[in-house]
Amino acid sequence: MSPSISLTLNGEARDIALDDPRVTLLDLLRERLALPGTKKGCDRGQCGACTVLVNGRRVNSCLTLALTLDGAEITTIEGLAADGTLHPVQEAFIENDAFQCGYCTPGQIMSAVGLIAEGRAGDDPERIREGMSGNICRCVAYHGITLAVQDATRSMTPLKKEDAA
Amino acid sequence: MKDERPDRTARAVRSPLPHDAATLHVTGAARYVDDIPVPAGCLHMAFGLSEIARGTITAMDLSAVRSAPGVRDVITAGDLPFANDVSPSAHDEPLLADGEVFYFGQPVFAVVADSHLAARKAVRLARIDYDAQTPILTIDDALAADSRFEEGPRVYAKGDADGAIAAAPRRVEGSMEIGGQEHFYLEGQAALALPQEDGDMVVQCSSQHPTEIQHKVAEALGLPMHAVRAEVRRMGGAFGGKESQGNALAVACAVAAARTGRPCKMRYDRDDDFVITGKRHDFRITYRAGHDDDGRILGLEFVQYCRCGWSQDLSLPVADRAMLHAENAYHLVDVRIESHRLKTHTQSATAFRGFGGPQGMIPMERVIDEIAHALSLDPVEVRRLNYYRAAAQSAEGGAAPATPAAPLPRDISGQKKVHDALPDDIASRGALGEVVEPAAGRVAASGEQTTPYHMPVTDFILHEMTDRLCQSADYTARRAGIEAWNAQSPILKKGLALTPVKFGISFTLTHLNQAGALVHVYQDGSIQMNHGGTEMGQGLFRKVSQVAASRFGLDVDRVRITATDTGKVPNTSATAASSGSDLNGMAVKAACDTIRDRIAAFLAEKDGVDAATVRFEDGAVITGAERYDFAEAVRLAYLGRVSLSATGYYRTPDIVWDRIRGEGRPFFYFAYGAAVTEAVVDTLTGEYRLLRTDILHDAGASLNPAIDIGQIEGGYIQGTGWLTTEELVWDAEGRLRTHAPSTYKIPACSDRPDLFTVTLWDGENFADTIYRSKAVGEPPFMLGISSFLALSDAIAACGPGYPALDAPATPERVLAAIQRVRAA
Repeated sequence: MSPSISLTLNGEARDIALDDPRVTLLDLLRERLALPGTKKGCDRGQCGACTVLVNGRRVNSCLTLALTLDGAEITTIEGLAADGTLHPVQEAFIENDAFQCGYCTPGQIMSAVGLIAEGRAGDDPERIREGMSGNICRCVAYHGITLAVQDATRSMTPLKKEDAA
Repeated sequence: MKDERPDRTARAVRSPLPHDAATLHVTGAARYVDDIPVPAGCLHMAFGLSEIARGTITAMDLSAVRSAPGVRDVITAGDLPFANDVSPSAHDEPLLADGEVFYFGQPVFAVVADSHLAARKAVRLARIDYDAQTPILTIDDALAADSRFEEGPRVYAKGDADGAIAAAPRRVEGSMEIGGQEHFYLEGQAALALPQEDGDMVVQCSSQHPTEIQHKVAEALGLPMHAVRAEVRRMGGAFGGKESQGNALAVACAVAAARTGRPCKMRYDRDDDFVITGKRHDFRITYRAGHDDDGRILGLEFVQYCRCGWSQDLSLPVADRAMLHAENAYHLVDVRIESHRLKTHTQSATAFRGFGGPQGMIPMERVIDEIAHALSLDPVEVRRLNYYRAAAQSAEGGAAPATPAAPLPRDISGQKKVHDALPDDIASRGALGEVVEPAAGRVAASGEQTTPYHMPVTDFILHEMTDRLCQSADYTARRAGIEAWNAQSPILKKGLALTPVKFGISFTLTHLNQAGALVHVYQDGSIQMNHGGTEMGQGLFRKVSQVAASRFGLDVDRVRITATDTGKVPNTSATAASSGSDLNGMAVKAACDTIRDRIAAFLAEKDGVDAATVRFEDGAVITGAERYDFAEAVRLAYLGRVSLSATGYYRTPDIVWDRIRGEGRPFFYFAYGAAVTEAVVDTLTGEYRLLRTDILHDAGASLNPAIDIGQIEGGYIQGTGWLTTEELVWDAEGRLRTHAPSTYKIPACSDRPDLFTVTLWDGENFADTIYRSKAVGEPPFMLGISSFLALSDAIAACGPGYPALDAPATPERVLAAIQRVRAA
């Protein structure tokens, strides 16, 4: 009998049977749940293209066994825009030309959402660059990415600016 | 940024609009090949790879592979129905090894299975025995064995370099190792083949060259090209790595799809992608320069040794382009460039942004730097002294046109059939441009400055650009400040370097400089646009849609951009050589203008005015008598039975090139740029950081400043990565040891300099290009040379010697160079 897990995926409760107990979250999303927005870059946790949020924390979904996620709350790039309105980080990525080919973009955005939630970087560009350095962009849109995270941080936490330092 | 042009119909061009699929990208809805929903029953493929670099296969037992769970088919060379070839040039690249093995990681067999994982697991069950031979791996190995492509070295020369060097009062000479580079497109290679009725095949692929995919698939299936359609919506990065390297996947999928009658998909795992596919060519370049006491170069010789790997691929034009950029921005009167294209048992090196230009250029910058060091001069002064002369100024203060004064000789890029078994791959850069008659070779006018390949340089703007960049980057004051800082800093040393780029724009295989477009205007006034270029993140689709919108005087959202499709626009050239916007922008413009002229003529007749006076602007068509909303004008034209669909075609004028003699005008124009980089080196460890970068780059009259600035910054950092942290290591057996991001370090967000300024030069292209813009894909890559020479400058502050740094300048190499300059 194949194991199964229950989780909340992009706000929706899901019961998922795993035909292979070793499947990663990334392969589960892409190959079983028709959510290909999360990308496979290196499949070994070093490029960040597969970043999603698990219980609000950013993780490399290629290194996360799906079986360990029973009861977890997962947000992927497909679940970020609420009711057709882009998330402030998504808006900021467009506004700041924070991508070229777009392949790393879902991971960059999920990582940025996680970083902002962590509250460790504030709008300091050097800390943002350090905090985003696990997500590589071969087209090198890093300038735009840094600006986008700064902008989104400011727009999401207008009152907490002093605390961020 | 640029001023808006007064011409209102051009308002869509020049605007810094975001990427065409921006909303799709940020929501994860942009589809790459592996994201496309596949039909039921789709099968998945993986290659079994050779485990030696050179030898003969003596036995191959694939029985365990065939019986593995989920395996539907196993394909070896003997199973291929037609051509076993995925080469873009010399038909020397079998899809699957046929008896002999030429590199470690060469595909030997292919597995077709129910899932990607099943295919990959099954591959490991193969038992292959080899009779191994000693592989030729390095440049030295290849020279010792005289293992090469072409009959011998190619030589381009002008004047008497040897005599000039001998007569010069001073000389510098040396040798430089220049490493290769893995493309590391974030989206790995992928293809999906969908069998159609009557044997036709549709291939979804991640390729810069859909026509090449169509051609190779047709060859492999024994079909005419009309039975195969290749489609590319977008790539997740390419950088040259998807010009020919996707052929193997597309052909394998098509063959498997034809055998099984089911859709077949293949994507390389990241490690396989590193191990199988070709990379940037690594080079060794030796130089010998004679110069005077002021730093003026009197004679210069380069010998370029280019490691091409096991098959020819695009190596000949890559090595040619290295020769064509050996002088970079400097006017050399007596110069000789010798190029050896060496064949080794390693991955077949291929196209990579710059296509040999960066490798050719960096030793020239080294020579300038070394001369400046020898004479204790600022390298910028030595650069200025040796620059080509500035473009002639006209009375109005503008620059003279680049059109040559004398007539050009006839096109000499004809083709010679070199293989009987298969037709020439004429749409590939790997095709041979054979001389069919003696080239007339334009004689340069007296006193005219020419490149080492005898092309007059008439559009040189680097004097002004250097002046302006030195000013904006505060070069002189910072140079003095760094010297003072270094004098009181024993452990950390700073360095500063300004380097220029002059990059030739056009395919050097002249006939590839053509493009087609297809534009439809629908009854409701919406427009669908298609052209032969592919989108890999460089913003081509956006730029070309801006051109289309401008021609019709519309907002850009009225124009729909569609996937590149060999069924819509045929016989396309690769999206390469930075040519995408130049060629496809012009082709789309031609198609739009055809439709526009038809609508104008129709409405002019209706309103009794001259068609030439009809204007398309602000979403309207204005005849003078009437003002029609564009959609209304289209509706009327349709009712009036006016064709609202057109093809467009463009071919670059004024180019002619003899690659054997090294004479002609291979480039329509040059793109220019310059960068100043400041770096700091830790002399105890060799570690370093980039502190500040200032770039001034020439994109002509930019079609889209936001996209161009992104290209410039991306190119600069990617070039910096090539020359600093990106190191490829093969072991003594020819196994690539750096095959994942764990061992191969590309720049990360935190590697970017804290201070980074990119400014666009505000001049128009002298040549008549699309809205006077310039190509911008490759040229900024070579701005990364300033990072390399900034590190060299910091090392030079450690002692009396010249650093003579090899590339990539890893911390280990930097540390070794510090020890060398101290010991000198």
